[in-house]
Amino acid sequence: MAKVLVVTSGKGGVGKTTSTAALGAALAQSGQSVVVVDFDVGLRNLDLVMGAERRVVFDLINVVQGVAKLPQALIRDKRIETLWLLPASQTRDKDALTEEGVGRVIADLRAKFDWVICDSPAGIERGATLAMRFADAAVIVTNPEVSSVRDSDRMIGLLDSKTERAEKGQRIEKHILITRYDAARAARGEMLSIEDVLEILSTPLLGIIPESEEVLRASNLGSPVTLNNVASAPARAYMAAARRLKGEDVPMTIPNDKKGLFDKLFGRRAA
Amino acid sequence: MSMFNLFRRQSSAPIARERLQILLAHERSVRGQSDLLAVLREEILAVIEKHFPIERENVQIKMDRGDAVSILEIDVEIPNSAGLLRSA
Repeated sequence: MAKVLVVTSGKGGVGKTTSTAALGAALAQSGQSVVVVDFDVGLRNLDLVMGAERRVVFDLINVVQGVAKLPQALIRDKRIETLWLLPASQTRDKDALTEEGVGRVIADLRAKFDWVICDSPAGIERGATLAMRFADAAVIVTNPEVSSVRDSDRMIGLLDSKTERAEKGQRIEKHILITRYDAARAARGEMLSIEDVLEILSTPLLGIIPESEEVLRASNLGSPVTLNNVASAPARAYMAAARRLKGEDVPMTIPNDKKGLFDKLFGRRAA
Repeated sequence: MSMFNLFRRQSSAPIARERLQILLAHERSVRGQSDLLAVLREEILAVIEKHFPIERENVQIKMDRGDAVSILEIDVEIPNSAGLLRSA
């Protein structure tokens, strides 16, 4: 049965789009059929992170308004054939989305895919509330930093009150995904620890994505990090998170990029 | 200050954690309250409207939270033209 997942955070720049692309690709790499849907109308970026920016013809707004049919707007990934993208519009604004229209599109996507992953815009306005509206589960992307944790708490409140499931009295599955985590700084007491964040938000953990150069490298190249360098630390962390989403019991670890003596001595290397 | 402290900056994470705990405890209580107040407001308005017409902005509903007791304050301004008080 299809599962609708919203990737949300409240705060901008914490890694929603990166995480949507990486989790979507990881699920698709494991054989599931996946569509990633960009809800950031007016500021779309999922197409760019996925490397499909030159293939966008129709978008979510066109489908919601009936200008285009769903299959016309869906873009198939060139690397994994079970991975699809439904882009947002770059020229319209978020008011072009209606609840009824979004509900129809999500219902159509449910019939076609195993996973529908909605990339929420930042903030708590229409785009963000519509992205979560029909979700069965939510991934709340959080940086170990005060403003991000506070915004995550706010999003948890909205998920528990404004989603269709919440209004029907059903439970919405919530997961915290901690990104940009620096284990060494946390150990020195310079960064909130995983335990701190989980205790404050009292929501279960989906995964810990370590701070890594690989994330920027992958987005530079227009490839989800799980595809661009499967062996990298963030890719392994996203792969493990995707398996947990599927209900597998995967031990929680914080992968790190192994550095040889040469890297340690000379630091950076060219992309 | 010992030599040890000179080389060791005070860790900031415990401060972040404490600030967040205090802030979120407050924000969560306000969040629940504003929802409850909105619901109460609508229900109280509906009850009053059954009996006479009112201007919605003339109804004030406030909740003062105290440690031992909280006070729910409802202020309804009724225009004399409503005819309610004259018939009494």
